[in-house]
Amino acid sequence: MVLKVFFPSCCSSAESGVLIGRWISEQNSAVILAVVHFPFIPVQVKQYLRDVQRVTTVSVSVLGAWSNSKQEKEESLSEFLEDLGTIFAHEPWIQISKEGDSKFWNCSTLQKHSNNPEEEKVILVYYDQRKVMLSHLHPPLATAASPDHEADDASKLSAIFDTVAKSKVLFLTGRYDEGPIKLTHWQSDGIEASIIVELMKQASVPACMLLAFLLSLVSGVCRSRVLKFWPLSFLWSKLSTCEQLGHRLQHLQLISSNKKAQNQTQFMRKANIFVSLLIDVALGILLMSWLYRKNRISHLADTLIPVADHVAEELQDLLQWLMGAPAGLKMNRALDQVLGRFFLYHIHLWISYIHLMSPFIEMILWYVGLSACLGLTVALCILSDIIALLTFHIYCFYVYGARLYCLKIYGLSSLWRLFRGKKWNVLRQRVDSCSYDLDQLFIGTLLFTILLFLLPTTALYYLVFTLLRLLVVVVQGLIHLLVDLIDSLPLYSIILRLCRSYRLAAGVKFRVLEQQDGKPLRLLMQINPLSYGSVVQTYRLPTYSCYPKDSWTSLCKKLFLGELIYPWKHKGENQD
Amino acid sequence: SLSAATSAVWLAAYGLFVLSQNSMVLSAAIFITLIGLIIYLHFVKIDQESLLVIGSLGIQVTSSYASGKESTTFIEMSRVKDVVINEAIHMQKVIYYLCILLRDPGDPQGVSEVVPLFQSSKPRLDCLIEVYKSCQEILEQRKTAPQSS
Repeated sequence: MVLKVFFPSCCSSAESGVLIGRWISEQNSAVILAVVHFPFIPVQVKQYLRDVQRVTTVSVSVLGAWSNSKQEKEESLSEFLEDLGTIFAHEPWIQISKEGDSKFWNCSTLQKHSNNPEEEKVILVYYDQRKVMLSHLHPPLATAASPDHEADDASKLSAIFDTVAKSKVLFLTGRYDEGPIKLTHWQSDGIEASIIVELMKQASVPACMLLAFLLSLVSGVCRSRVLKFWPLSFLWSKLSTCEQLGHRLQHLQLISSNKKAQNQTQFMRKANIFVSLLIDVALGILLMSWLYRKNRISHLADTLIPVADHVAEELQDLLQWLMGAPAGLKMNRALDQVLGRFFLYHIHLWISYIHLMSPFIEMILWYVGLSACLGLTVALCILSDIIALLTFHIYCFYVYGARLYCLKIYGLSSLWRLFRGKKWNVLRQRVDSCSYDLDQLFIGTLLFTILLFLLPTTALYYLVFTLLRLLVVVVQGLIHLLVDLIDSLPLYSIILRLCRSYRLAAGVKFRVLEQQDGKPLRLLMQINPLSYGSVVQTYRLPTYSCYPKDSWTSLCKKLFLGELIYPWKHKGENQD
Repeated sequence: SLSAATSAVWLAAYGLFVLSQNSMVLSAAIFITLIGLIIYLHFVKIDQESLLVIGSLGIQVTSSYASGKESTTFIEMSRVKDVVINEAIHMQKVIYYLCILLRDPGDPQGVSEVVPLFQSSKPRLDCLIEVYKSCQEILEQRKTAPQSS
């Protein structure tokens, strides 16, 4: 069988020594982690390896010998290296030798107990140790779905990635350390660390504790009994701003918890939430500074009242048009006048209410605008709530129109059944035949005719107000979609994929390097990064997303029957 | 096709220009054409497709786009069941394509996935047979090689 040797590219120029690493016998491959240089005492090397094995749970052992000679091949050195094979008994004993600056190395194996007389073929695979250690392999979603088979069909690559990742302890001793063992690996020239990262790690502990304390205060206040009385709790549940604030509070609690992240997923989630919050607050502060510069917010408040007035006037014109002969249709005069006057009175009430509030609007808006510093998402939610409050009269009209229409439809259907001599059996939930008296039939038919001829008027009012309501709902839905997007986008993962793409690995790719006859096959193993789509899909943050409750057919059916529609359902909300 | 799309965009832009006499339309058309060309070269047009089979490691499929981007997939040998030439009936003709059959972890005889190769270059049967023969040579070796204990 073919022997695969994974050699770190950083050790290509190392001095002669022995190779240490892990031997994976099921795959007939050797993962080389470092080179131990001469002089060394074999007993100390074995002791060191035993210590490393205890700490990292990776079965590290001496795999072979490496000779890097500047001149031509030295016979004595090669014999010495073969003798080493007897000291560190390992099957098979790998010998790699490099002459001068030649790219093509000799790689041979010594098998003492093999029954296969012919020479094994060797494939030399170079890998970048630092990148493989830092990267996280993402299994394809298909295999992740069947965990019971994962154990048997364990990916070969994940074994290699695991080996390198778990051997972090091995990479802490450098070449210039005072110990008895001198190693060469990717960090042997000096441990690399970043001052900023270290400082942030030190500063994060007290910052987290402070944040956790503040959050416990805030959540204690929120949970107090005062805010749970009926009108207030109803208000909180209807305003989307409160939901968004609660959501952000949860996120903050997750970040400020002092439990360290156990695995990659948790760490990425924490980092994503942190970056998302940061960007959100930054954008919010930007928005706030833009709003408050040049006193734009008072301009906004000044234009709010005229806009509300304008909307109310437009509605009045619409109702006048409906009370006349809209689109050439002939309405029932009396019903038309009644409905029209009823809605006009409502609009009159609404306009007076707005005018009552007008002196306070500017102050309210000024203070509400300050809360944009809590984040762009909060500002968008406030906008959506303001739209909901301003169009409250449209919502009321829609409810009135819908209820009227619904009553009419039910009445019509029930009288239609009477007209045909049938009845709805409530006990059996089906239509049964029934014999009516003559006077019942007479009155029923009369009422049926009346309702039928009044249908177009009611239907028209219902249609107009439903369209207006749907418009408002669509606008609100778009805003919530945007909020959702900002909430759930894993920004840290995307930036990581952009800047350090080797950390998120979907797999590997091999490149065939120059060949020479008689020498082993040389391959370069590089990391194949995850695609942006899979990054977003894997690391999406969960949100209280609102999605359409009904499919298109059920929505149309509800519209036809006049049932009230609430198209956006929030996760966790009770059914209306 | 690319030339049809470019001509359509330019004719529409010129028509709009004649109607509105606004030269911004023409600049917008240039911009759109450039962006569209870059997107086409980077995401759609595949220049070269290659297959690398290493008997003990796996099969690697690479597509390189006209803009130089390379997209690679590596399938480990333990997941590969076989490489076959499949026939498909498309409209009025029969087309042949090479594909890799992946093993189903639950069912040893089953196939969990079929990965088609050379989707853009679509070589003909004689070319496919050459590739098929070379692949089978390598795949045979892994079956006859003795399993290490």
